[in-house]
Amino acid sequence: MRLAASGSRDYRSHVSKLDPYAVRADFPILAQTVHGKPLVYLDNAATSQKPLAVLDSSRNYYETLNSNIHRGVHHLAQAATAAHEQARETVAQHLNASRPEEIIFTSGTTDSINLVASALGRSNLLKAGDEIIVSGLEHHSNTVPWQMLCERLGITLKVIPVLDDGTLDLDAYQALLNERTKLVAVNHVSNAFGTLNDVIHICSQAKQAGALTLIDGAQSIPHLPIDLQLLDCDFYAFSGHKVYGPTGIGILYGRYDLLVELPPWRGGGEMIKEVTFEKTTYNDPPFKFEAGTPNIEGGIALAAAFDYVNNLGMDLIHIHETTLIQQAAAMLSEFDEVTIYGPDNRAGSLSFNFKGIHHYDLGTLLDQMGFALRTGHHCCQPLMSRFGITGTMRASFAAYNTSEEIDALGTALKKALMMLR
Amino acid sequence: MTISEKQEELLEELDLFQDWTERYEYVIGLGKKLSPMDEGLHTSERLIKGCQSQVWLDASSQGGKMNYLADSDSVITKGMIALFVRVLDGETPEDVLTADLSFIDRTGLKEHLAPTRANALTLMAAQMKKGALEASQGGA
Repeated sequence: MRLAASGSRDYRSHVSKLDPYAVRADFPILAQTVHGKPLVYLDNAATSQKPLAVLDSSRNYYETLNSNIHRGVHHLAQAATAAHEQARETVAQHLNASRPEEIIFTSGTTDSINLVASALGRSNLLKAGDEIIVSGLEHHSNTVPWQMLCERLGITLKVIPVLDDGTLDLDAYQALLNERTKLVAVNHVSNAFGTLNDVIHICSQAKQAGALTLIDGAQSIPHLPIDLQLLDCDFYAFSGHKVYGPTGIGILYGRYDLLVELPPWRGGGEMIKEVTFEKTTYNDPPFKFEAGTPNIEGGIALAAAFDYVNNLGMDLIHIHETTLIQQAAAMLSEFDEVTIYGPDNRAGSLSFNFKGIHHYDLGTLLDQMGFALRTGHHCCQPLMSRFGITGTMRASFAAYNTSEEIDALGTALKKALMMLR
Repeated sequence: MTISEKQEELLEELDLFQDWTERYEYVIGLGKKLSPMDEGLHTSERLIKGCQSQVWLDASSQGGKMNYLADSDSVITKGMIALFVRVLDGETPEDVLTADLSFIDRTGLKEHLAPTRANALTLMAAQMKKGALEASQGGA
């Protein structure tokens, strides 16, 4: 059952380049004005807006399919179950997973990472004295769950340092790996600086050292085609709302044999085979990790979001966004006393500061002019400390942003800086 | 001039500005005109907690009058606290404690602020009254 793609246009049959104006027509929210000015939404790394295809899918689910899944014998229960499992397959195909059973529905990236931390903590794969490696570029959600696990089990957390250009020190990473390393958890793309990490290399080095790998894909899933066979990681986590899907739905990909080996983390319905008061036997993956009624509509609408981006073409989205980022970086470098964080090889986000200007001041004035940008530490306080700053301005991009919007941002920045200097 | 007269005067001045740009520039200007606060006074005790930018407030009393010094790394926040300093500086601790500071709602600035900043205004007002309370009890 394909609920999603119906009604969305096939752009690729007409053009080899993404037309952001045609894309915008699919996003009703973008037509509004803010403080009397046209909305320029550049906070996509926080969350993306939703196309009609996704909104229609959510509505269609509740209008025509709503029922609890997996155990009902009646028609609606079976139809809802089929749509839910079809959504799992769509996600598996998008990620090029080996099988749909490797796809676990969660509530988001944070939930996915906590699932792995909790299940690993209950397994016999970890013991006191082991080491977990994260990087200095991580979001708090890929740091704190590991810190909590380390505290509980007497494991040491090691951190790959960040170089001045906002990339990871991969020589230092190599030196950190040893026989005690049991897991390497890093992001694919930094939410704070947009740094595109060489996760293929990171995973392959970890594998050689005998460590498991988890990739936080929250900021790569909206911007890059993802091929899990190529990445060769053990876990890959992301949130639906970053990739034009609804909030409250996320995915954890896990290598199937590993999912079989790991114990469940939450008990309840769905995750069991048989329950007696003496002993409960658990279901097979992915159900073992999906206790309780899942976000059925969310999963189906997320599949609609993947149908939507695949219809646009992930490669075309990536090219379009990269062009915008390059234009924005060039525009910013025209300003005096500007610092752009991160390397040229980035995806999704561009982070910057102006000397002597507080990012909140700039964000407040830009908001008055209709621009939605993020200011602050982006849930990366250790990274901000590393650069001796309290935060940055972050512009982050999506398929519907235009070159015209970057020009307008340049004009707005000039005006705001005149007011603040 | 009483605290409420100073508030009315400030509101009249803000009323002169039609558009948000001028209003903001005026508030930023008020912040820039604040008496300088020595960097040595930027201590964690003087930091108003809960604000997203750093705001320091020093409250002391001399000859029965409150003396406020304030600073911030954000010029807009500094301008906001300058509004309070302008109406409360030089007043008796008792007058500060009983002052109705709801004038800030009538400045037309609050609706332009993110909730975090609007909340910061409440925190600033509370901190200034706390200083007056300590002074009235002979603490400051």
